[in-house]
Amino acid sequence: MVGWIIVAALAVLVVWGIAKYNGLITLRNQVANGWKQIDVQLKRRHDLIPNLVSTVKGIMEFEQDTLMKVIEARSAAMGARGVKDAAAKEGALTDALSKFFVVVEQYPQLRASENVNKLQEELTSTENKVSFARQFYNDIATTFNTAQQVFPDNLVAGAFHFQPAELFEITVAAEREVPAVNLSLKK
Amino acid sequence: MVGTERTEGTEDFPPASMNLYEQQKANIRNTWNVIVVFLFVYLFLGFGFDYFYLGFNPWSPATNSAIEDAAARATFPLVTVFALLIGSGQAWWGLRFGDQAVLRATGAKPVDAHATDPATRQLLNVVEEMKIASGLPMPKVYIIPDADLNAFATGRDPQNASIAVTQGLLEKLNREELQGVIAHEMSHIRNLDIRLMTTIAALVGAVILLSDWAMRSMRYGGGGNRSSSSKKGSGGAIILFVLWLAAVILAPLLAQILAMAVSRQREYLADASGAELTRNPAGLASALKKIELAFTPTRSIKRGSAHLCIADPLGRKMDLREGLLANLLATHPPMAKRISILSRMAYQDPASLTKQV
Repeated sequence: MVGWIIVAALAVLVVWGIAKYNGLITLRNQVANGWKQIDVQLKRRHDLIPNLVSTVKGIMEFEQDTLMKVIEARSAAMGARGVKDAAAKEGALTDALSKFFVVVEQYPQLRASENVNKLQEELTSTENKVSFARQFYNDIATTFNTAQQVFPDNLVAGAFHFQPAELFEITVAAEREVPAVNLSLKK
Repeated sequence: MVGTERTEGTEDFPPASMNLYEQQKANIRNTWNVIVVFLFVYLFLGFGFDYFYLGFNPWSPATNSAIEDAAARATFPLVTVFALLIGSGQAWWGLRFGDQAVLRATGAKPVDAHATDPATRQLLNVVEEMKIASGLPMPKVYIIPDADLNAFATGRDPQNASIAVTQGLLEKLNREELQGVIAHEMSHIRNLDIRLMTTIAALVGAVILLSDWAMRSMRYGGGGNRSSSSKKGSGGAIILFVLWLAAVILAPLLAQILAMAVSRQREYLADASGAELTRNPAGLASALKKIELAFTPTRSIKRGSAHLCIADPLGRKMDLREGLLANLLATHPPMAKRISILSRMAYQDPASLTKQV
C-alpha cells in the first residue's frame, strides 16, 4: 500500500516536472522569437537611413554635423553584439535621429517634399515598431524569468540550467528624457 | 429565456484581475455557453411547433386504435430536428464565413500591402506596429468607403482576422489616435472577442429566421391542426402554449439584447487592453472624442453588425446616457464614460480633451 502511494506520488511529480519543463521551453522560444522581432525592425531602420541621408543631403548641406552623427550612430549600432550593447547603441541612434528630425522641421523645403515625408513616416513607424517589439520582448522575457524564479518551479528551471533572459533596458541617459519632437505627419 | 437572465446580472466591467490567457479561455467558454443557450432556444421553438401544431407527444398514453394514433399525430419531431439543423448550420456558417459576409455587406475594400498613398501607408504601418506590440499574426486590412468615423474587427481566430476602418477615420484622426483605435481592434482579436461576437451574430440571425417562420406558418397553415391540441386542453397545456407563443414573438428581441449585453461588456476591456498595447490611453481617448463629435450614422454598416464596431454605427442617442433602458438596448457603453476611464488612465482631466479637439 505504502509502496503504491510512493509510486503514485512519484508519477504525479514526474508529470508536473514535464509540464513545467515544456512550459519553460515554450517561453524560451517565445523570448528568442521576440528578440528576432526586434532584430528585424532594427535592420529595417538601418536600411532606411542611407535612403534618408541621400534624399536630404543636398538641401541640408549646412547641417553636415547632424547628418554625420546619424550615419556614425547607424554604423555603430550595426556592429553591436548582445542585448546590452545593442540597447546602448540603438539608443544612441534613436537619439541622433530625433535630433535630426528637429533640424528637418526647420527646413520648409524638406517638410514640403513628398519623399522626405514618406521617409519620415517610414522611420517614425520603424521607431515605433522597434519600441513595440522591445515592449513585447520585455513582457515575454519577464514572464520567462518569473516562471524560472517562483517556487517550486525554480527547482525544474535549476535542474535543467535555464538562464534568465536579459531585459532590453534604456541605457542612454538622453533616451530617458521624452524627446520634444513631434514625428507625426498630421498635427 | 435562459440566456437573458444570465447576462442581466453581468457587470459592465470584466474582472480586471484576469490575464490574457484567462480572458481568452473565458471567451471560448462564453462562446460555447452562448451556443448551448441558443441551441436550447431552437429546441424550444421547434419542439413547441411539433407539439402544438403537428401533435407530436411522446408522453401521452396510447389511444384506442393504432390507426387513429398514426393519423392524428406525427411520430417524429420533424420541426425540432429541422430547427436544430438550421441553428447549428447557421452557427457553423457564421464562424466560417461570417467575417466575409460582414465585410461584403459594408462594402469594405482590401488594402494592397504595397500601397503608396500616404494615408493608406500610415494605416498599414500602424496596424503592423500593433501587430508587433500584441505578438499576433498580421490581420487583413480593409477600408470602408464611408465618410463617417468607425472601425471594426472580425474573423474566427487571430490567424484569420480582419480589421476594417472607414475612409473618414483615416482622414480625421492623427497618427496617435489611429494607433489607439487599431490597438482597440487588435485587442478584440487578441481576446478572441471577434469569435464570440461573430458567433452571436450568426445565432441571433437564426433565431430571427426561425421565429419568423413559426409565426408565418401559424398564420397560414395552423388551422387544421389546432383542434388536436385543444383536445388535450388542460390548464397546463394552455400555459405552456402561451409561454411558447411568447418565446416565438420575443425571441428575436431577447436574442438581440443578449448580443448587446455581451458586446458592451467587451468594449471596456478592449479599451483598457488597447491602452496597454500602445501605453498611451490618451490617443484612444481623443480618438473616441472625435468619433463622438462626428456624430453621424455610418450608413454602410447595417444593424446586424453594429456590435462589432468601435462606436455604434447607427448613431443612436442611447449611447449618451446611462440607465436601465439605455443599458439594455445599447451595443456600446456610453462614450463619455469610456473617455473618462481612458483619461484617468492617462492622468488627464477628461474635460481638457474637449478643449483640445
